[in-house]
Amino acid sequence: MKVLVPVKRVVDYNVKVRVKADGTGVETANVKMSMNPFDEIAVEEAVRLKEKGVATEIVAISAGPSAAQEQIRTALAMGADRGILVEHDGVLEPLAVAKILKAIVEKEGPALVILGKQAIDDDMSATGQMLAALLGWGQGTFASKVEKDGEALKVTREIDGGLETVSLKLPAIVTTDLRLNEPRYASLPNIMKARKKPIETVKPADLGVDVTPRLTVLKVEEPAKRQAGKKVGSVQELVEKLRNEAKVI
Amino acid sequence: MTVLVLADHKDGALTQPTRSTVAAAQKLGDVHVIAVGEGAAAAGAAAAKLPGVAKVLTAEGGAVAHGLAEPVAALLVSLAGSYSHLLAPASAAGKNVMPRVAALLDVQVLSDVCGVVDADTFVRPIYAGNALATVKSADAKKVMTVRATSFDPVPAEGGNAPVEAAPAAADPGLSTFLGAEIVKSERPELTAARVVISGGRAMASAENFAILEKVADILGAAVGASRAAVDAGYAPNDMQVGQTGKIVAPELYIAVGISGAIQHLAGMKDSKVIVAINKDEEAPIFQVADYGLVADLFKAVPELEAELSK
Ligand SMILES: Cc1cc2nc3c(=O)[nH]c(=O)nc-3n(C[C@H](O)[C@H](O)[C@H](O)COP(=O)(O)OP(=O)(O)OC[C@H]3O[C@@H](n4cnc5c(N)ncnc54)[C@H](O)[C@@H]3O)c2cc1C
Ligand SMILES: Nc1ncnc2c1ncn2[C@@H]1O[C@H](COP(=O)(O)O)[C@@H](O)[C@H]1O
Repeated sequence: MKVLVPVKRVVDYNVKVRVKADGTGVETANVKMSMNPFDEIAVEEAVRLKEKGVATEIVAISAGPSAAQEQIRTALAMGADRGILVEHDGVLEPLAVAKILKAIVEKEGPALVILGKQAIDDDMSATGQMLAALLGWGQGTFASKVEKDGEALKVTREIDGGLETVSLKLPAIVTTDLRLNEPRYASLPNIMKARKKPIETVKPADLGVDVTPRLTVLKVEEPAKRQAGKKVGSVQELVEKLRNEAKVI
Repeated sequence: MTVLVLADHKDGALTQPTRSTVAAAQKLGDVHVIAVGEGAAAAGAAAAKLPGVAKVLTAEGGAVAHGLAEPVAALLVSLAGSYSHLLAPASAAGKNVMPRVAALLDVQVLSDVCGVVDADTFVRPIYAGNALATVKSADAKKVMTVRATSFDPVPAEGGNAPVEAAPAAADPGLSTFLGAEIVKSERPELTAARVVISGGRAMASAENFAILEKVADILGAAVGASRAAVDAGYAPNDMQVGQTGKIVAPELYIAVGISGAIQHLAGMKDSKVIVAINKDEEAPIFQVADYGLVADLFKAVPELEAELSK
């Protein structure tokens, strides 16, 4: 079966982002960009499915600026077979990305799309569920285990009280949680090989998708800062302070 | 305007984040609550007692018995015509269902709303809570999940709303429930506890979490964990606090052997009082802690237990 893996270019998780002085957004100029960490887990899962002989072809897709090619190359170096860049410079909300992905799914006919559970920039945690809705497919979100089970897919999900297992009819959508796997580092020879793998570039309009945002950002602010408090010298002092100063115990 | 809130419940007991979501909904209009899945009748009866709730719908069995996203979303969409806003707590269940509902209605979901400005304008955290965005939605209907820690829950008693059965939901037949492993605990819910004590990688084993549990027992606290502790198998996944785990804001948060990565801070930095116990005085957690103790946790935590029992 063919597997699609959408990968988003985001500010690296180690960067402490700064809000722009004019309150229009966060500073992204000269900031390290990477593949969204949950998408690395998605690529890894797809590659493992291919290694098990379950997946036949892996297509990595990124919607964003032309620089998002870098993240597609990373996916190719990890083991994806080819890439599709949906080039767009403005804001892409999850609904727009889901519409783009739906158009690509209709062309490519995959049996499975594996997305990250959440992009660490917009923290929406929405695109996979929205794509599943638009396609009328089942969804296995926040997955910590994925197994092919005959004609179905068995997905273990991280939920509030613990774990839940569902069976999805294929084709289906999966979104990855942290415990699904540990993504590999691409080896140098694989990085070299990835340079020769094809990346097709399209625009949202070529796919017939209207990506006009539904949300207008009125302002972006820094949250109230916490002040560092004091160091206490002993457990006795700590308990005394919690009792008599903070009055929380 | 009438607002529909999808309740979260555990075997029929309404969660505190549901009461916080009702509080957020009350800023928008008249509030109806829907409870679905096993225990929905009991949860619905509890929801009917919340002050300010005008009507309760329940759907206990059939396609929605296990709360699967596909039939629950189909049910909410079938009801959406009567509502201006559809809300759910930003729990695993709410985050699973609401984006699906939004896409079926062709609207952009608003995730983790932490402030209501007006009927179209909301505040939500981005970049692990390092920035707060105020956004105005142009969609006719708003579908959103609510960050419970940002809204004081409505009281559990005081109302008396009528309860009706929701119309039967169609089963899209896309997925089936196979089973669940629910962690049993006598402790308070992590997201509702007055005190939380969390352990990090430095706990070094699942067994060592017992020393935190002893302190938790004395304080009536919930126990949490960092991602590193969960990844290493020292604690179950539902204990993870952070950007991509649970968001907590207790009166007292005690971080034990946790370095204070931004992803962890995102889940606990709105706590009223933060205590950090860490042997590295440079650990970033101390930058947000009200009280920091530089010490070896294996010495300090048993001491803490002894001191609290005095
Ligand atoms: C996509 C993504 C999502 C993430 N989501 C989350 C999330 O939701 N929640 C989360 O917590 N993390 C999350 N993380 C991980 C986060 O970046 C950190 O790696 C993690 O929080 C570190 O956990 P820790 O503090 O327990 O471990 P470490 O960073 O290893 O810190 C251990 C600390 O223990 C101290 N220590 C060691 N021995 C002792 C001792 N004997 N006594 C006292 N102190 C001791 C050390 O000084 C150190 O400060 C995420 C990361 C990514 C990439
Ligand atoms: N612009 C994008 N390009 C490719 N994939 C995306 C994009 N935006 C979101 N995704 C996918 O959707 C997941 C969830 O993103 P979000 O709903 O924004 O939190 C990500 O982990 C990606 O797998």
